[in-house]
Amino acid sequence: MVQKLDYLKETPSQTAGPYVHIGLAPGAAGFDIYRQELGWDIAGPNAKGERIRVEGIVIDGTGNPVKDVLIETWQANADGVYAHPESEGEVEEGFRGWGRVITDFETGEWGFDTVKPGPVKARKSLGTGPLHPPAHAGDDWLGRGDEGHEDMAPHINLWIVARGINIGLNTRLYFDDEAEANAKDPVLNLIEWHNRRPTLIAKRSERDGKVVYRFDIRLQGEGETVFFDV
Amino acid sequence: MSQAEFYQRDRERHPPALTPDYKTSVMRSPRAALISLQQSVSEITGPVFGHNDIDPIDNDLIHNYAKDGESAIGERIIMHGRVLDENGRPVPNTLVEAWQANAGGRYRHKKDTYLAPVDPNFGGCGRTITDENGYYFFRTVKPGAYPWRNWVNNWRPAHIHLSVFGTSFSQRLITQCYFEGDPLIAKCPIVKTIPTQDGIDSLVAALDLNATVPLDSIAYKFDIVLRGRRSTLFENRLEGN
Ligand SMILES: [Fe+2]
Repeated sequence: MVQKLDYLKETPSQTAGPYVHIGLAPGAAGFDIYRQELGWDIAGPNAKGERIRVEGIVIDGTGNPVKDVLIETWQANADGVYAHPESEGEVEEGFRGWGRVITDFETGEWGFDTVKPGPVKARKSLGTGPLHPPAHAGDDWLGRGDEGHEDMAPHINLWIVARGINIGLNTRLYFDDEAEANAKDPVLNLIEWHNRRPTLIAKRSERDGKVVYRFDIRLQGEGETVFFDV
Repeated sequence: MSQAEFYQRDRERHPPALTPDYKTSVMRSPRAALISLQQSVSEITGPVFGHNDIDPIDNDLIHNYAKDGESAIGERIIMHGRVLDENGRPVPNTLVEAWQANAGGRYRHKKDTYLAPVDPNFGGCGRTITDENGYYFFRTVKPGAYPWRNWVNNWRPAHIHLSVFGTSFSQRLITQCYFEGDPLIAKCPIVKTIPTQDGIDSLVAALDLNATVPLDSIAYKFDIVLRGRRSTLFENRLEGN
């Protein structure tokens, strides 16, 4: 026998179920209960940078839209700063960088308005990592490359829950007009299969003078979106 | 301030994505392996909430949707506990959200058409922020079991859905809390997506007579554990890298 490590164990995840809206977006469930629902205003009125809209659909393994999905978003501001005490720098008053996104129950289409985030410092400020200057991520066939201390390309972190999803799925949305930054991004470069990287890149267009990025998420099968264990 | 990563998630404790006995997972489960990341500032940060975001009544599901002077129908309960991390430290000031069916097993949702009636005085959601000791509580009614089509005759054990944030987006968790003594727990395909009995047991709230309000409400205790964080033993080593 040995001594016991007295760590606790993380509470296991369970599916959010089909009625997740009752808890997290009751207006969509069909009733009005709170003074304010959380997550509807991601950037606030004072945020600098380009105002954008992101739209998409989540598609299941049969090719059909997932109509009961809920997505949470987490992003930095245009300066690459998160609204959190451990992110160096300041964000604008009213910028939270976090949002909740639900679908149209009939079509499965979703969308949210925000500002385009700036590049984010990578692991520079984390006090852990290999002792010696490491190989670049992706260079080592046993994955021993460090993700390094380069800036990360602008991105929005997404967390996806729904009925039938047993544990929330983490992914990232990058922008197709940031090709140069994307090519150097340590997380995109970690994906060994180059042909899977485009699943994380949203496509820019303009509609009625507004910038709209399209980002469809495929849960399974051909063109399956890359999901991360963070 | 140390800014080390969170412990890697123990994927053997959580349900896998594909759990064929919970049929909806079959076509909604990624088949490629997850890509494991070293955490960056994108993962060690997360939204911060405060008391401006919510109202004190929000954690009282018996009254937060009831008409003045009325209350929800059902067995009155207090659901309480602490949010902790894997190091055993409390997680203070974190948002906890809850949602549930009413005492008859009916959800107040456009897409719930179960024949049990809606309770006009029960919305079915609540939210609160943990105190400095990580403590939270909700006042509510015990939800009813309800049928669902998976196999044709499946019944969900009584449960409350819970959503917790912690301090980082990598700690984000949604789970379900069950009730001690419910024979439906062992038969539920969603419960059984969890690979270990110890993990299942950790989702069952214990009857807590000490926390009851005599002549008013029975109580159940449910602690929630979020991922813990490394401490930087060799903090100087990479400073300035
Ligand atoms: Fe449920």
